[in-house]
Amino acid sequence: MRIRTVMALTGALTLSLVSGCAQGGAAGSGANSVTYWLWDANQLPAYQACAKGFEKENPGLNVKITQMGWADYWTKLTASFIAGTEPDVFTDHIQKFGQFADLNVLEPLDDLGIDDSAYQAGLGANWVGQDGHRYGAPKDWDTVALFYNKKLTEAAGLTADQLNSLSWNPKDGGTFEKAIAHLTVDRNGKRGDEPGFDKNHVKVYGLATGGAGDGDGQTTWSPFTASTGWNYTDKARWGDAYEYNSKTFQSVIDWYFGLAKKGYLAPFTDYTDGANPANAQVASGRAAAAFDGAWMISTYYGTKGLSVGTAVTPTGPSGKRATMMNGLADSVTKNARNKEGAKKWVKYLASNECQKTVGGYGIVFPATPDGTAAAVAAYRKKGIDVSAFTEPVTDKQHARTFSFPVTDYAADVYALMRPAMQDVFANDAPVSGLTKTNDQINFILGQ
Amino acid sequence: MTIASSSPPSRLPVGGAEGARTTPRTRKVKAREGGGDGRLAAVFLAPALLGFLVFLLWPTLRGIYLSFTRFNLLTPAEWVGLDNYDRMVHDPIFWDSLRVTVVYVVINIGVQTVSALAIAVLLQRLTQSAVLRGIVLTPYLMSNVVAGIVWLWVLDTQLGIGNEIIAGLGFDRIPFLNDETWAIPTIALINVWRHVGYTALLLFAGLQAIPNDMYEAAKVDGASEWRMFWRITLPLLRPVLAVVLIMTVIGSFQVFDTVAVTTNGGPANATNVLQFYIYGSAFGRFQFGYASAMSVALLVVLSAITVLQYRITRAGQTDLG
Repeated sequence: MRIRTVMALTGALTLSLVSGCAQGGAAGSGANSVTYWLWDANQLPAYQACAKGFEKENPGLNVKITQMGWADYWTKLTASFIAGTEPDVFTDHIQKFGQFADLNVLEPLDDLGIDDSAYQAGLGANWVGQDGHRYGAPKDWDTVALFYNKKLTEAAGLTADQLNSLSWNPKDGGTFEKAIAHLTVDRNGKRGDEPGFDKNHVKVYGLATGGAGDGDGQTTWSPFTASTGWNYTDKARWGDAYEYNSKTFQSVIDWYFGLAKKGYLAPFTDYTDGANPANAQVASGRAAAAFDGAWMISTYYGTKGLSVGTAVTPTGPSGKRATMMNGLADSVTKNARNKEGAKKWVKYLASNECQKTVGGYGIVFPATPDGTAAAVAAYRKKGIDVSAFTEPVTDKQHARTFSFPVTDYAADVYALMRPAMQDVFANDAPVSGLTKTNDQINFILGQ
Repeated sequence: MTIASSSPPSRLPVGGAEGARTTPRTRKVKAREGGGDGRLAAVFLAPALLGFLVFLLWPTLRGIYLSFTRFNLLTPAEWVGLDNYDRMVHDPIFWDSLRVTVVYVVINIGVQTVSALAIAVLLQRLTQSAVLRGIVLTPYLMSNVVAGIVWLWVLDTQLGIGNEIIAGLGFDRIPFLNDETWAIPTIALINVWRHVGYTALLLFAGLQAIPNDMYEAAKVDGASEWRMFWRITLPLLRPVLAVVLIMTVIGSFQVFDTVAVTTNGGPANATNVLQFYIYGSAFGRFQFGYASAMSVALLVVLSAITVLQYRITRAGQTDLG
């Protein structure tokens, strides 16, 4: 009797475990619902509003939105592809696009009739794979600008106009280097450009550090490297070779991280992803200014006791300013349970109507010009001037925007460039060493 | 033997010399005991065995198979023979991560074992307080990830309270987790902090097995505490110490979570321990074949170290009585 009881219990336990696992896989989607993942908590209300509009237009269909933080997002998404529990639709990043295309986990969206000209220039074309199929519908965009602590810039006697018209070169750093040197103050109150400045005991750095920048330098060195005319790869998209071996690139990196040796840029040791990112350095008064992305606008302006201003990136040797213009997209997964519904939802997300709704929340710049205009107006209502972010997009005469590198083997490029750039910044390794890393990357790309 | 006597005999015993000499009655009881116990044991073992087969043996065998393939998890594995092992042998990052791991293990195990031994001896010789024993164990109750994050905040160069204190005392701030010289020792010590109490408690249990009269006899002979430690405690604790060492070394080689939350393998691969490199290759770069090959290498290294440790420390023998 007892043996049977034990056996029955064991069997029941095993069954419940197995069925529990199986249930986990199928949870949350069905014929009437579309599952949608995004990572930005600030954007959640905007997309919930969009979902309401979508559900009204498509009676019987409902959207289930799941939001999780950036780091968890990609880990969970990867795990979900493996486990077969992926969402129907997810917010996609260009940095990951190449890898997802390699893994063949995305559904072509050619039949959605996405018209590139309906969006800000360059945003649509990035989401066409090497096979000529579209895998993402343009969603939003961001650029990089200089956030500064107004109290500190005023104390240094720097006006908003001066900060908005800085220029630089890799030889003497131009007016940009002069400005951040002047913003730097040592523990004796001496500024970075004054005689007797103690670079080893800096109280306030002119520029916050955002780490070594990995292979893209989005909010660190890329405004400088790109304003020389340098490009990541040999082609705009799906290039065959990276160009970290370029002498121009290496000289800019040398100058940029050299700012830390002079005491103007916070050292690598000040930066911690989790504990002390650039905005925290500005918020704590440790740094006077920081290059950061448009996605950080609400964070900077929402920091208590901090009066923030923004300025465009400095003009470089090419005669133009430069900023990365990165666009997100919505992608449908190949194994989406509700592919039909998923495509309808993506089409709606890419529509002017939804993008205007999202823009109205003033948290992100939607990809359609009307959506962007709605966002600019919403920011203005909050008392935030975002022209430092929009100007590079509209003023092509004085500014250049460029994309994240889109190539195969993006994860390998990251894995190789991250330690290599850290070695230059943290350990003072010679920039010429990047040529070897570049060779390794191009070898992988050539496979 | 309640179970044997309450259930009817299911089958007769398989004959044997001993069985033939016993009376029929005893034979029946023995048969019931043997057969019933065997089946019952199998039932009780089944869940653990199932777990062992599903979560240990099968993944190990499959991992070994995958190490000979190119596999990204989403498309079928492709047999590549020894390519992954060839790549591993020629991969400087692999060798560097192995070196980093060994440095970590040496610092971690060295400091941890000495401190744990000291704490255990103090707990045994000075106090019997259960409260103290509880306090010593407290960090172990925290998860590795939480411990990592707490120390990341405490030790942050600019914002950490630890560095605020250092700066307040007039010293230069120390980039504990952001500098290649400091990072590995810091991570090793964070894990010492977390595990030392548990290790001390294991050693403390071992100390309890040493008969007290040995110490009394030594005292009568006029031996000092120091001498007693070297002549009685340490030799008699050896088997327990050996097992604890084997367990902690295996655990130490598999360090991952603390690195993942504090340094992410940086700066410039200075904390890219083997498990972290394996994880990055598998889940970052989708190179599950190569990651499997490195995992097999780790398995071989750990097995070799364990066998060696077992031999050297004579963990299976005791000097007691």
